[in-house]
Amino acid sequence: MSEGELSRRSFFKAVVGIVGGIIGVAVGVPAIAYLLDPAFKSSAKESWISVGKLADIQVGKPYPFAFAIVEVNGWERTSTSHGGFVIRKSDNPTDMIIFNSQCTHLGCTVNWEADAQAFICPCHNGKFSKDGVVLAGPPPRPLDRYTDFRVTNDGILEIYYKGS
Amino acid sequence: MWKKIYEWLDERLGLNDLYKNILDRPEPRGTWWNTLGSASLFLFILQGVTGIFLMVYYTPSPDHAYDSINYIMNGVAFGWLIRGIHHWGATLMIIVVFIHMLRVFVTASFKYPRELTWLVGTGLFILTLGMGFTGYLLPWNQQSYWATTVGTQIAGSVPFIGDFILKALRGGPDLSALTLQRFFAAHVWMLPAALEGLIGVHLYLIIKHGESNFPSKED
Repeated sequence: MSEGELSRRSFFKAVVGIVGGIIGVAVGVPAIAYLLDPAFKSSAKESWISVGKLADIQVGKPYPFAFAIVEVNGWERTSTSHGGFVIRKSDNPTDMIIFNSQCTHLGCTVNWEADAQAFICPCHNGKFSKDGVVLAGPPPRPLDRYTDFRVTNDGILEIYYKGS
Repeated sequence: MWKKIYEWLDERLGLNDLYKNILDRPEPRGTWWNTLGSASLFLFILQGVTGIFLMVYYTPSPDHAYDSINYIMNGVAFGWLIRGIHHWGATLMIIVVFIHMLRVFVTASFKYPRELTWLVGTGLFILTLGMGFTGYLLPWNQQSYWATTVGTQIAGSVPFIGDFILKALRGGPDLSALTLQRFFAAHVWMLPAALEGLIGVHLYLIIKHGESNFPSKED
């Protein structure tokens, strides 16, 4: 055999190396993608949530609403309940306050008591005014608000939920 | 430089000796039938690797087993590929191991001095079937549930001790979370550990005795 000519042995070595490399990449890349898959997924929890028809919400009277957020992690679904109150200040569709009904103390759900004209937490008697200001009890800060809201063309009030 | 590193390692690990004794041993003039043992070993490793990967997402509980496999198939990148390889690799392994066994029998390779290789091999075959049987239940779908119901019932038909065997296999009188859990434990640890041990003995014996010549016309 002359110099520079490929021997049978080195030919097979090269072919085995190349084919093995191709198989290695073809198997290795999916394997890594499989393992790291959850890290590539976006955790988009944000969405527009429908609250109700704007026409149904009376001016001046707290309008309660509730919604559930379902989180899916792999094969597991976790549903969390949320709620709040819409208070329209005037007929102007943007003139309103939307409260999160979760008490700022320990997270119980506050109720609107028409007699007291206040939001009262059943757990520790936290009391909030119609503007969400703490009137009495242990809550450390005013009621949280949903500040992002819009009214769709169909007259539906929607809030933007960003997760908690 | 690589040569120096290799020499340093070889002096301490005996890599050349290892290569000479394990991989460079003399072989009789072989045919493709002689490669089935290596093919079985390859499939075993493949099943082991893909099995470990599946375990990243699989949950052996009646509440989540089916959903987690559904998630592997539809929610995880290349999950279908990993499970596909494991699924078809399992079928292929039974076939290849069986043909390997058939070849050894037909060429009378089990005779002196290789009786123990054959005996260990039958153990490997039974363990492989055990892997198939336990793995079949893990998806926890109708097919696997009823296959295991019937399979354990057959084991339960043994006279006198049948009922005991049935309960031992199922972890109780009925198929339950306990069944799934113990089949899982058997599938991922007990049987593979036993397989690995026996494969080690099997390979040692093959290296020690070399492969047998095929019988000639005079034999």
